[in-house]
Amino acid sequence: MIDPRTSIITERLARIRRIIAVSSGKGGVGKSMVATALALSLAKEGSRVGLFDLDFTGPSTHIILGVSDSLQPKEEKGIVPPTVGGLEYMSLVYYVGDNPAPLRGADVSNVLIELLAVTQWGQLDFLVIDMPPGIGDAVLDLVRLVKRIEFLIVTTPSLLAFEVVKKQVALLCELHMPVVGVIENMKADKSAAIQHETTRLGLKYLGSIDYDAKVELSIGNPEKLLDTAIGKAIGQMPLPRGDKQ
Amino acid sequence: MHEWALAEGILASARKIAEQEHLISVSEVTIRVGALQQVEPPILRFALKQLSEDGLFSHAKFRILKAKSTLKCRVCGTTWNYNSKKIDRATAEAIHFVPEVAHSYIKCPKCGSPDFEIASGRGVWLEDIKGVKNE
Repeated sequence: MIDPRTSIITERLARIRRIIAVSSGKGGVGKSMVATALALSLAKEGSRVGLFDLDFTGPSTHIILGVSDSLQPKEEKGIVPPTVGGLEYMSLVYYVGDNPAPLRGADVSNVLIELLAVTQWGQLDFLVIDMPPGIGDAVLDLVRLVKRIEFLIVTTPSLLAFEVVKKQVALLCELHMPVVGVIENMKADKSAAIQHETTRLGLKYLGSIDYDAKVELSIGNPEKLLDTAIGKAIGQMPLPRGDKQ
Repeated sequence: MHEWALAEGILASARKIAEQEHLISVSEVTIRVGALQQVEPPILRFALKQLSEDGLFSHAKFRILKAKSTLKCRVCGTTWNYNSKKIDRATAEAIHFVPEVAHSYIKCPKCGSPDFEIASGRGVWLEDIKGVKNE
């Protein structure tokens, strides 16, 4: 008995130039906001961008983008993600709506494989993936199934977040996975501690994002998000950019 | 047609196996479809035929067998079979695209828990492949 889905995943992603997983060992550091702002920022610069919410049990990018309840992917030789705010947007919420999705590890893996196997992304410059917190099934499955993936790590200035991030970095290094760099989110002071620690780990410190109360007010409005500290900082960071930059 | 994407996966897997087994022509591919995903065999067969008009699979017969889907509650141990006729069309369609979303809609008939295992009959599997070997 062979699961035929994994054989087609590489081909499904073949026309995507770069695949960036926005990740953090710790929850609550702002991964979804950073992932969404990164995707929107790249799209605004003229790149073709997809955003894939892989936080199946706690999705939030649809709320950040203000995705309408009635929006559904088109069925055409698979599933074609609808365009939201200029992004090709895919999420499990199309199929669960407001219901909770109580999934165990094996179920998470199956959802990931199913969506990777049937989603027709087409040609993209970037696919930005909003990862669930931690270094569990989603990270391990992506490393196994998407050979070209690169990780972008988000932390806060808190030692609690960064200590967990260090474990994630150790795992990714052990697995020889490329790490684009580290973003320090929700910064409230001038401390350079995270920057020093990041450099000590041999990673690129991409920059910091000041805590901004306006971020909460931008929820549901992609244009407003780009006008917050997150959107502005990401626009300035030495991140992967499209050819048009 | 979502089945098209599944058919592409089936043929990609079958091609890998055929290469490993040094088959120069495939005569039969056996596929099993689980009740939970409700893949329609005629639609899947149509996609498989369309995708394999030339080459390795051009003479292949596609046998599509159905399997019951058994769900097992992790809380009370109750085992039951999934029946798409007992749920509304929109829910059945969501489960068709991603079978695991069953956890968002279906509960154990005895204790009401959504914590159940999809013990069998989830989606689509490649069960067997037969063909002519390159001697």
